[in-house]
Amino acid sequence: MERLEFVDVLKEERPEAPRHDLGSFEYTYKAEITNVYPMTEQEKLYQIQIIDPEKRRGFTFRPGQFVMLEVPGIGEAPFSISSSPIRRGDIELCIRKVGNLTNFLAKVKRGTQVGISGPFGTCFPVEKMYGQNIILIAGGLGIAPLRSPTMTVLENRSRFGMVEVIYGAKRPSELLFTYLYDMWRKFDINLNIIVEEPDHTWDGPVGLITEILQERIGALRDVLEQETYAIVCGPPVMFTFVCNMLMAAGLPMHKMFVSLERRMHCGRGKCCRCNVGSTYTCLKGPVFDYWSVMNLKEAI
Amino acid sequence: MIFKVIAKQELAKLFEALLANRVVGPVRKGSDKNGTPIYSFEVVYDFTQLQLDYTSTQYPAKRFFLPYTETLCTFEIAGDSWEKKVDFNIYQPQVLFGLHACDINALNKLDKVLLESAYPTPYYASKRKNMFIVGIDCEPQPYCFCRSMGTDTALHGFDMFLTDLGKKYFVEIQSAAAYNYLKHMQTSDPTEEDHLRYMAVEEARHEKFMAQVDTTDLTKILDMEFQSEVWKHWGDKCLSCGTCASVCPTCYCYGVAETVDLDLKHAAKMKHLHSCNLIDFAEVAGGHNFRPDSHTRLKYRYYHKHRGFVEAFEESLCVGCGRCGEACLANITVPEVIASVRHEEI
Ligand SMILES: Cc1cc2nc3c(=O)[nH]c(=O)nc-3n(C[C@H](O)[C@H](O)[C@H](O)COP(=O)(O)OP(=O)(O)OC[C@H]3O[C@@H](n4cnc5c(N)ncnc54)[C@H](O)[C@@H]3O)c2cc1C
Ligand code: SF4
Ligand code: SF4
Ligand code: FES
Repeated sequence: MERLEFVDVLKEERPEAPRHDLGSFEYTYKAEITNVYPMTEQEKLYQIQIIDPEKRRGFTFRPGQFVMLEVPGIGEAPFSISSSPIRRGDIELCIRKVGNLTNFLAKVKRGTQVGISGPFGTCFPVEKMYGQNIILIAGGLGIAPLRSPTMTVLENRSRFGMVEVIYGAKRPSELLFTYLYDMWRKFDINLNIIVEEPDHTWDGPVGLITEILQERIGALRDVLEQETYAIVCGPPVMFTFVCNMLMAAGLPMHKMFVSLERRMHCGRGKCCRCNVGSTYTCLKGPVFDYWSVMNLKEAI
Repeated sequence: MIFKVIAKQELAKLFEALLANRVVGPVRKGSDKNGTPIYSFEVVYDFTQLQLDYTSTQYPAKRFFLPYTETLCTFEIAGDSWEKKVDFNIYQPQVLFGLHACDINALNKLDKVLLESAYPTPYYASKRKNMFIVGIDCEPQPYCFCRSMGTDTALHGFDMFLTDLGKKYFVEIQSAAAYNYLKHMQTSDPTEEDHLRYMAVEEARHEKFMAQVDTTDLTKILDMEFQSEVWKHWGDKCLSCGTCASVCPTCYCYGVAETVDLDLKHAAKMKHLHSCNLIDFAEVAGGHNFRPDSHTRLKYRYYHKHRGFVEAFEESLCVGCGRCGEACLANITVPEVIASVRHEEI
């Protein structure tokens, strides 16, 4: 009888894939929820800090990417990073309570430790948009992924031409990040907020995002074909409508970016749950240009 | 590549030598209602248990390298804080004794996505790297269409491959570990006669394939026929039971769930292999389901295997073993589904 040698895969050299070493697969950064702000009935903003200072500084991401957040024994799920990339491993997530993990999170207090892995996925190519006009459009919870590119645009305001932000929600009570609007307006941007069902607190525009967009397209018509990019985040019906309107007004498909949402259990192209047609949303997305989305089977 | 021939009785000696490790091989589990034997991959301790002339197993050897349920990590929880422990769940090398070419090719395909793409998974890597494979030639069954998929022979991904030449085995050796084990047997170099015999055996085997799948332009055809009515036809039959995925040697999709012990001090993260035919595969929180109909899920399974994987790795994620068609209670088989998408008579 003769024993085979046991191979410890963590000690093996893997010249073919140095960036993704096997030891980091189930690796999570231990992080602490440092603050929780309730924003509406359904959503809270969580400030989460990677505990190890070195790992915190080493954590870099780009607007549009997401993390997997894990609470031991409760669950793990993907969330878009809502904060600015310059804050590195000191991230903010805007989370709606809808299921197991998110309802648990709705009850946690600051000081709770969670696991963070990532960042994963593709990003909005903000640097490619330098020198151009930008239209940022969000519907509902779409503001969560939209806030990070918006912050980046504002932090680099002088590098962009006109900046339009259009954000719509069903009711005024469902608007997120309300405390930021006044600050955003100071950056010479055109901020349009619209609700479908106003109440007594509301004195702004009423209707659908597409109505405001129609108006703004009129003003931007001359620049749409050449010098403009758009980032659109929201439910599929909403972004399809919006992108089709922009396209009809002359904005090329490859200059519009959307973020797709699918079920995800790994974020690493392994569980297949996020596939659209046969494309992995976690690897090739969640950010796609509209041309690619139109070419994905099952996308819309 | 090194070739040897051994007298048939020598193989028991190789088995004995390998028994220092965990050995898994085909054994007979019983018979179906027609008296046809049912085979299964099990841990074996005795050479006589091995049924090396087995037709095919109902289930692949998947559970030994992609367990249906696996603990990804455990947690020790203390108040707000916790420690995570990751274990790849393999402690000794495993020998897979008697895999057919299709099942070896299934491993090679899994390697592409689980080892050689971004984020290689250590759970699979540790099992794959600690695997010693003795392949063996097979007798094509009426449902086998591996020849259409180009997986009827294994070019790599094993340590040793045996071909039955009657009184002898023709042995192909592909690893240093396998070479090292040769010393336990009496081997000789193949003669020209052995070469000719090998070629004749292979040719006779090729003649026996009956089922076929035409893969010409299949990626494009699947795209063109995305809205085809035939998907509804198959979807109406499909029971969404997920059996096809669990008997498939290449299906690897999964879900993750966390559990916590009653004492609230220990928790675990569990991975469970899933099936894209199950209703909740693409359902998200809040209740929206991206594939609510059985035909959209069935179509997705074909789409992933015969289009997406081809696009990514230039080969299909199906080895043509025919297990899914044999196991399906609705009699849905790959050759028939693909033929119908191609508008061929079935
Ligand atoms: C790229 C991406 C970014 C996201 N960003 C945000 C965000 O910024 N804010 C926010 O509130 N929500 C976001 N979501 C949705 C969020 O992931 C789900 O709300 C969350 O998974 C629900 O988990 P749960 O355990 O509470 O629900 P349950 O229904 O109990 O779900 C169980 C498991 O199923 C999976 N799952 C269920 N629904 C979803 C879903 N919609 N997307 C992905 N996986 C799902 C998860 O693995 C989850 O742990 C994002 C989803 C994706 C794919
Ligand atoms: S194809 Fe057959 S085995 Fe697969 S889910 Fe449908 S009924 Fe079950
Ligand atoms: S899809 Fe069916 S025929 Fe193809 S490898 Fe899987 S079980 Fe075998
Ligand atoms: S989330 Fe697992 S493959 Fe994309």
